Amino acid sequence: MSAAKGYFGKPMKRVEDPRLIKGIATYVDDITLPGMLHAAVLRSPYAHARINNIKADAAKASPGVVGVFTGADVNDKCGLVPCASPMPDSKIPKHTVLASDRVYFVGHPVAVVVAVDRYAARDALDFVEVDYDPLPVVSDPEKALEKDSPLTHPEFRTNVAFTWSVANGGLDAAFKRAHRVIKQRMIHQRLTPMAIEPRGCVASWHAGEGTLTLYTSTQIPHLVRTLLPGMISVPENRIRIVAPEVGGAFGSKLNLYAEEALCSHLAQRLGAPVKWIESRRENAAATIHGRDQIGEYEVAVKKDGTLLAIKSKTLADIGAYCQLNTPAIPTLTGLMLTGCYKCKAMRMDVVGVYTHKMATDAYRGAGRPEATYVIERLMDIIADELKLDPVKVRLKNFPKPTEFPFDTLTGLTYDSGNYQGALKKAQQISNWNKLTKQRDAARKSGKLFGIGLSTYVEICALGPSKMMSAGGWEWGCVRIEMSGKVTVITGATPHGQGQETSFAQIAADKLGVPIEDIVVMRGDTAVAHYGRDTYGSRATVIGGAAILMCIDKIIAKARKLAAHLLDTKEKSVEFRDGKFSAKGKPKKALTWKQLAPEAYVAKNIPQNWEPGLEASSFFEPPNCTYPFGTHIVAVEVDRDTGEVKIVKYVTVDDCGHQVNPLLVEGQLQGGIAHSIGQALFERTVYDENGQLLTGEFMDYAMPRAKDIPEYLMDSTVTPSPSNPMGIKGVGEAGTIGATPAIANAVMDALSPLGIRHLDLPLTPEKIWRAIAPVKVK
Amino acid sequence: MKTVVNIRVNGVEQKHEVEPRTLLVHFLRDCCRLTGTHVGCETSICGACTVLFEGKAVKSCTLLAVQADGSEVTTIEGLAGDGRLHPVQEGFWERHGLQCGYCTPGMIMMAVQLLERNPKPTREEISHAIEGNLCRCTGYSHIIDAIEYAARKIAEVKK
Repeated sequence: MSAAKGYFGKPMKRVEDPRLIKGIATYVDDITLPGMLHAAVLRSPYAHARINNIKADAAKASPGVVGVFTGADVNDKCGLVPCASPMPDSKIPKHTVLASDRVYFVGHPVAVVVAVDRYAARDALDFVEVDYDPLPVVSDPEKALEKDSPLTHPEFRTNVAFTWSVANGGLDAAFKRAHRVIKQRMIHQRLTPMAIEPRGCVASWHAGEGTLTLYTSTQIPHLVRTLLPGMISVPENRIRIVAPEVGGAFGSKLNLYAEEALCSHLAQRLGAPVKWIESRRENAAATIHGRDQIGEYEVAVKKDGTLLAIKSKTLADIGAYCQLNTPAIPTLTGLMLTGCYKCKAMRMDVVGVYTHKMATDAYRGAGRPEATYVIERLMDIIADELKLDPVKVRLKNFPKPTEFPFDTLTGLTYDSGNYQGALKKAQQISNWNKLTKQRDAARKSGKLFGIGLSTYVEICALGPSKMMSAGGWEWGCVRIEMSGKVTVITGATPHGQGQETSFAQIAADKLGVPIEDIVVMRGDTAVAHYGRDTYGSRATVIGGAAILMCIDKIIAKARKLAAHLLDTKEKSVEFRDGKFSAKGKPKKALTWKQLAPEAYVAKNIPQNWEPGLEASSFFEPPNCTYPFGTHIVAVEVDRDTGEVKIVKYVTVDDCGHQVNPLLVEGQLQGGIAHSIGQALFERTVYDENGQLLTGEFMDYAMPRAKDIPEYLMDSTVTPSPSNPMGIKGVGEAGTIGATPAIANAVMDALSPLGIRHLDLPLTPEKIWRAIAPVKVK
Repeated sequence: MKTVVNIRVNGVEQKHEVEPRTLLVHFLRDCCRLTGTHVGCETSICGACTVLFEGKAVKSCTLLAVQADGSEVTTIEGLAGDGRLHPVQEGFWERHGLQCGYCTPGMIMMAVQLLERNPKPTREEISHAIEGNLCRCTGYSHIIDAIEYAARKIAEVKK
């Protein structure tokens, strides 16, 4: 698609912003329905306990309370929380919406109070008496595999939830050939997504019609609509899901949660709308977590740095049960383990382990940050062990630009790439030679100064339907209204990414109309009839292509109408700049505003021409997209405090053509901030009793403004052949690419002290303990 | 037992009968139906609920409505005058200072206070001023750009 028309490729400010900056947007907690009741959920304070008895009489008598419900009251009417991606040997526990006889993580919902207002509901929680018998707990995945470990689900007689492997090439031969075999254990700490808006929903049952409307803070209204009937016995075509304004998600709202089904059930049962809004503590404890893998990694290399093989045994601590995509996440790590490098052989064996913690699932990057972290750390460790330049080691192993599409050992085909180009540009921008001299000088003066880089590739815009559990396409619909105004409807569900703007840019150029004439609608299954929503950096790539398909259909149809009205042949009708004209007669052109009334009034239309100017389309991508780039980071580590200061941050990212560079920059900066958190501060901590110690913003250390460096950002453009616009996803690239660059910089800074590897997060305390002249335990 | 609380919100008298324990943020959201002020943590850490209370930026999730009785409160809805955006709002729009928008009202109110106290802040001073406001989408850099934009805009208008 050419940038000639003016909207595509421009850094345009967002059309969705005015309502957000004026405070007049509607998030789920802003919705009030007549007669609406408020739910509050009582959660387990124990990581593992038997429930002997629940007494709810006092709670029921509490002022304003309409009802108190326990597992015994609802679990036979409300189905199990679904997992859509089990592995062949997965053991999936029967995870009911409320605990039945046992709780198995802190935050496990035990009872729900419904009252006339939120204060009354929360008051009454204190009057629900639960008689628990605490049971033995395992919160460490390695201990969970020991013979005498407490069991998360005793019925399985093991804590192994599933196993999964990916392997290709002659591994033994490669390791035999190797000049050097390098081993490293790495821990990918558990993280909490912490969208600033917690989860919440309002369920409304329309008894007369037998229909349910569920307003919910979700990324996936369409998937919820497909899955919810399995829990509440209302058929799909009688359910409307509305994702209103959604206040951040990062994968944590890519799920069907117990509370959504519970409120839907209670609204039917009580004959009144029911609202539930999660508190921050609940969000930390009972909304999915991310990462949490422990891997033993081994690479076989030649002495010149050529990568021969990589293998890994990985434990994925998935917590107490499976949410929607829990088992699938570590498989993405395996698929991307070889990163942007050629390799002769690879193997990764994953063991998914149950522990008494909240379930893990897709958190920004979802399995790919683990892969880039491993391979990019290993690249630096290889360089360090072989006394080679980390840049040269990378260059030695990159596929050439001419080798794309590039087939990986893991069965993927990288669509397009020029890894050398991004690396070279990033080095230029960072003033690489000067930067290394600065490091040398700093070291001479006794400072701990380090440079790190990450040359990443990631898989996104998933993907062809054959690799997905329920469709990898996206749906769209475009209508030229009778007035000539344009309505674009997408099955994607943006929640901050800005597709109301970027889709309008795409449509305006293609139709040749002013962007002001376009409105983009999303997030309501009554409007956007079908869709696969927003996750895995897919919305612009796949959803945008669906919009283009719709417009192609409309133009083809309008051409027939124009030929009729211009009294010429269809093939001699030209469409340019939003106008249809007969060849050679540009002055007698018809605009959309002139055509549209004819199309709908339909008194003067071609024979057998179906009235209206509307089309819908499903775009099925032939492949995923594989954005890539180079991040270069320089840090200074304070010897006395262990504090890390990022003194330089350079990125060159390649997501193909950019629809809106301003939004691309926003996605990258936001993604990098998640990485800064992961690399330096964040860790979800459970103690040995399974108590969550990071249940609040006070205890869970997210980056604040002062933790963010000044960026030097640039890009290269290697179009993707997998979609008509040549674009690639960018929502997660920052988070996937940045973490290893920061980690590598810190480890480079510490290398003069003989420290090879520290696990994330690289907190001042961890660094200080590692460098303290006297080890303090 | 309920008590009458009278707060002048965005220049309008708001008199409502509430429980004494009612938080200011719930008074604004539930009684006044001004839902632009958001709740992100209920512990005054995230700053999504920031409003101006007697001209000072406060976190309305940890202030009781009764404590604000008889006072002046400005919320995000009261910032744009005569249909024109406040320079800080304009800065957030121009510089892509928001994505999901949930932290934005609180972030804007905090920035308004900053620029009233320090019309020409450095980027470091801006970072420091918004330390009590968490954003999980933008990575802050564009927010700092937005506040710098607003500072310039306010200075131009004063010239």
